[in-house]
Amino acid sequence: MIVADLSIRDLLGLLAGPGLNLRTGQFVNRIFSGLKSVGEGLQLLYADYPLSESDDFTDFHVHVERPRDLRRWFRPQVLFRFDATVPFKPLPLHHAFPMLEWGLNWCVSSHCHQYLVIHAAVVEKHGHALILPAPPGSGKSTLCAGLVTRGWRLLSDELTLIDPASGQLVPVPRPIGLKNASIEVIRRFAPGAVIGRSSSDTMKGTVAHMQAPRASVLCAKETALPGWIVFPRFIAGSPARLQPWPKAHAFMRLADNAFNYSLHGAAGFEALAQMVDRSLCFEFSYGDLEEAAALFAELRPPRA
Amino acid sequence: MIARDLVSAALTTPEALLSWELPTWDLLIRQCRRANLLPRLALVLADRGLLERVPPQARAHLLAAALTPQRQEKAVRWETQQILAALAATGTKLVLLKGAAYVMAGMAAARGRVFADIDLLVPRAALHVVEAALMMHGWMTTHHNAYDQRYYRRWMHELPPMRHVIRQSVLDVHHAILPQTARLKPETDKLLAAAVAVPGTANLYVLAPEDMVLHSATHLFHDGELDNGLRDLTDLDALLRECSREPGFWLRLPARAAELDLLRPLFYALRYTRRILGTPVPAVAELLTKNKPPRLLLALMDAIFLRALRPDHPSAADAWTPAARKLLYLRSHWLRMPPLLLAWHLTVKALRRKEVET
Repeated sequence: MIVADLSIRDLLGLLAGPGLNLRTGQFVNRIFSGLKSVGEGLQLLYADYPLSESDDFTDFHVHVERPRDLRRWFRPQVLFRFDATVPFKPLPLHHAFPMLEWGLNWCVSSHCHQYLVIHAAVVEKHGHALILPAPPGSGKSTLCAGLVTRGWRLLSDELTLIDPASGQLVPVPRPIGLKNASIEVIRRFAPGAVIGRSSSDTMKGTVAHMQAPRASVLCAKETALPGWIVFPRFIAGSPARLQPWPKAHAFMRLADNAFNYSLHGAAGFEALAQMVDRSLCFEFSYGDLEEAAALFAELRPPRA
Repeated sequence: MIARDLVSAALTTPEALLSWELPTWDLLIRQCRRANLLPRLALVLADRGLLERVPPQARAHLLAAALTPQRQEKAVRWETQQILAALAATGTKLVLLKGAAYVMAGMAAARGRVFADIDLLVPRAALHVVEAALMMHGWMTTHHNAYDQRYYRRWMHELPPMRHVIRQSVLDVHHAILPQTARLKPETDKLLAAAVAVPGTANLYVLAPEDMVLHSATHLFHDGELDNGLRDLTDLDALLRECSREPGFWLRLPARAAELDLLRPLFYALRYTRRILGTPVPAVAELLTKNKPPRLLLALMDAIFLRALRPDHPSAADAWTPAARKLLYLRSHWLRMPPLLLAWHLTVKALRRKEVET
């Protein structure tokens, strides 16, 4: 059964009652929420996602709810709860859906230390993964969203999970977070893309989420080996340009972008070194998404 | 749902877990995570060769959690070297307490234990010298409010926590194991005099085995707010099992408790480790802890502690659990300070909370 099989009434009923057992890649999330905006967001952006049986193991029990206080009527708020813990401060009520998305990212990045977790988008084509690590504002998510509408498979727009034992990249395909001007850029670039409701005035500005391609959701359990590591930088008006980047520098920048590099000790070093070794490394600047997508379509895989 | 503490069941009879259904595993992982005991359970299972037989979904969480203490052990060893270097010129010996002590002394209680701060004990007379030396080596005080500084320095048993400006490690420098204002007054000099050197190191000490148990018991049953109640109880269990291998331990322990004015915390420690974790405690030790509370008080304490020492998770709570936790919070303050001082302290804290909110 998938989310699209549920009517909005059934979906809201599950969220308000026993929880919605949503499978994202190899994780099972049980989501609870009495908020209509959360149900509507899930129905639109997670339509193709499988549901898991209620007697299955659940990795993350998450609640998106209104705090029980006097602010119910005056500037109402929303709270993210991870089982019995509240990890963040509440946000304004209309940020409920993005808060769920951020919360689900946090669940993975702060608990799944069986992987080396890097803050990077990752997409795949013909069996080779393209890793896009970058600080916020570098155009990483925009590039990622653009590429997955042009034949690349989405593994994740935020979290690159490396299995240290095998070097394989483990997918967690979820909706892609777009910010501010990117939302309009993607609407124009891919008119068929499904983009959810915009939330304004969040800590990241205006945000909206784009549905992950159906094919990526269906292949959510297929791992991939790294092929390219590309550090993107959006510069208005700049031509799309790939420049080879020294592997040692690439290593350091990846380590900087990792959530749990030091936790893995020597094994983390080995895993990261191996990934950099088997990948072609570039710095990439671009000002136009069309040009960028054309250039990545021509990208040659590393020799085996 | 019936309130169940799956964590202590899992730690005491790990073989039984293998027949559990997935939803029970699900709940066990949640309770363990909340109780900060996920890494410890992972090690208990690994020690008995059971980890491979755990359902893979649950095993992933256990393995992920087990990395933290492993990494932390390295960090603690490194920080300890840095503290030793900082104290070298002061002529003060470094006596570690709790988590860091268990790690450096290679004790079972360190296994799978996650902790944030490194605790050390120094003579009150050396406090200024030690603080200055640590500051020279990069540790800075964390509480900048004048009231907080005075609160710690006048009434507490430790300096305000010191954080290293670069590595962010946090030190709690103690000059006693209970606040100066507390009802019980164990003498620091006696603890320091009995401290034992860690083999293979210079100038590094931990408390004597009996004192380690008594400190852990005091922290849990006389001082703490029980956020990590069950975790601390598993520490006591591990300490008692390990230390009691030395002949004469069960005779020395109550005698030392009497000497340090810590009979009551020891009584509770033995009672609840045995009841909750099945720690083997010989009858002779319990007879010697004469400081048994009167019957009614003991019944009340049972009702409170047997609830508060469960994982702090809704599935392990009953209707009385919130009240039990609140009562323990009040009790810990009551034992900490005389009533007038307590009233004053709570007033200041309440006024300041308002200040922060507005």
